[in-house]
Amino acid sequence: MSEKHEWILPRRQLLKGGILGAGGIALSGCDALNGNLQFREILKSAEGLNMSAQQLLTHRAALAREFKTSEMSPIFRANGSVTGDTAEYKKHKAQEFANWRLQIFGMVAQPMKLGLEQLKALPVREQITRHDCVEGWSAIGQWRGTPLGLLLRKAGLSAKARYIIFHCADKFGDRPYYESIDVRDAFHPQTILAWGMNGGELPERHGAPLRLRVERQLGYKQAKFVMGIEATDSLANFGDGKGGYWEDVADYQWYAGI
Amino acid sequence: MADSVENAPKAGELVKRHRLSTRLWHWINAGSLLILLMSGLMIFNAHPRLYWGQYGANQDPAWLVIGAREKAGQATGYVQIGNRRFDSSGILGSYVDGDGRPQTRAFPHWATIPSNYNLADARLWHFAFAWVFSLALLGFIIRSLFNGHVRRDLHVKRHEWSPRHIWHDVKQHAQLKFPGGAAALNYNILQKLSYIGVIFILLPLMIFTGLTMSPAMNAAWPWLLDIFGGRQSARSLHFISAFLLIGFFIVHMAMVMLAGPFNEIRSMISGNFRLPKERGDIQQEADQ
Repeated sequence: MSEKHEWILPRRQLLKGGILGAGGIALSGCDALNGNLQFREILKSAEGLNMSAQQLLTHRAALAREFKTSEMSPIFRANGSVTGDTAEYKKHKAQEFANWRLQIFGMVAQPMKLGLEQLKALPVREQITRHDCVEGWSAIGQWRGTPLGLLLRKAGLSAKARYIIFHCADKFGDRPYYESIDVRDAFHPQTILAWGMNGGELPERHGAPLRLRVERQLGYKQAKFVMGIEATDSLANFGDGKGGYWEDVADYQWYAGI
Repeated sequence: MADSVENAPKAGELVKRHRLSTRLWHWINAGSLLILLMSGLMIFNAHPRLYWGQYGANQDPAWLVIGAREKAGQATGYVQIGNRRFDSSGILGSYVDGDGRPQTRAFPHWATIPSNYNLADARLWHFAFAWVFSLALLGFIIRSLFNGHVRRDLHVKRHEWSPRHIWHDVKQHAQLKFPGGAAALNYNILQKLSYIGVIFILLPLMIFTGLTMSPAMNAAWPWLLDIFGGRQSARSLHFISAFLLIGFFIVHMAMVMLAGPFNEIRSMISGNFRLPKERGDIQQEADQ
């Protein structure tokens, strides 16, 4: 009996030591794994899984919830860049965007340049939706704008185009902000280029004169200060090729439905 | 419990306790929950405020805030619940990181993945291990419904619901009296209720409140917003149920320690469990 006890005790200590040791390795090991490129690729593979699973569950035209005026945030937080930064933008702003033109180009049959008044003369969509920042906060606001799908049809989007790139006038250091969405989301009924907010003009801190609203995705996809939209079949030629500013610099997911 | 007293295993005997599916799930669940918790705390650090309702941002009233303020050139961390503020310097709100630098984030470096502030990386971990956790839970629940684990071990029998029975079990726990012999193989009522609460309520609640924070899922399943009362309420509930799970973990660890950590942990690894002595036996030994 005593022999057996002697045999058990080291095992018991081993077990205890093993648990404590495993805990310590787990904590410091996570940082090492976090820096391991192969492990990161495994983690990142979940993005494709999330996108496929969510698209499987979501009807192509399933709408983001729309709210009543009484349900709006009293103050809609402005985040990210709150000013347009290029010289061109500043010139247009000084002219109250009278000579500003939205450029539609790339894989379209008919590249276009549209002024603010021309955009406003097209069919308008108004929606009160919730804006979700990747950080965790939400704000509900009202948007008025031109459906993106309508503009792409007008310009004759090529059947080979897969993505729409949004070129912006705000910069982080030397890097201009840009974003991209796929054609599926571009033709969603709630995907609009907004020029109006909360009953008035779109303020500069929210991306005047024009910002993207791609409801069903997070805040960093909602490109502000949009100067041009470009249709393409590949994200490789823009920025670092990951489809957006935050995707390039910090590995934020390109698909931001979660 | 075994029908025949004759065939029931005796105290001191080594018996098979946990099925492979239970053991496998237990450890996958424990590991993925730890990763989800630590990466989740990092995600919380990006906006350390919680709200009720559909929206909530810095200008809106928060029911919970973890922050820091400057006091005589030094940062003091605080936790604010409703209108009450508690100093939490060194642990929450302000702390000194692994390199000896003072930091002002809600949860400190030792509690988060990764340890230095990085929302993007925490999201990579969180949304990858959310799959591991959810699929393992789903697999375990389905398996346990079919192999009899739920019906035999977790199902609360009619007589166990009686207040007298529950009170008796509460007293037994309070006096640290645990059943010995073959009776130790059965879960008691408090054990059943806490396991049922975790497996069928808290863990699924983590999944569904998590999904409610996804704008795409809100479009797919708008009823999620109605059940939880909005995205920010879901975020609060996600946080609260995570801390209820930590509460469960602490009690769970305490019970394992009290019941005999070696035997208990072995039974969850190899499945082998040595039946503890009957209380009478222990009493006899003490008398000798």
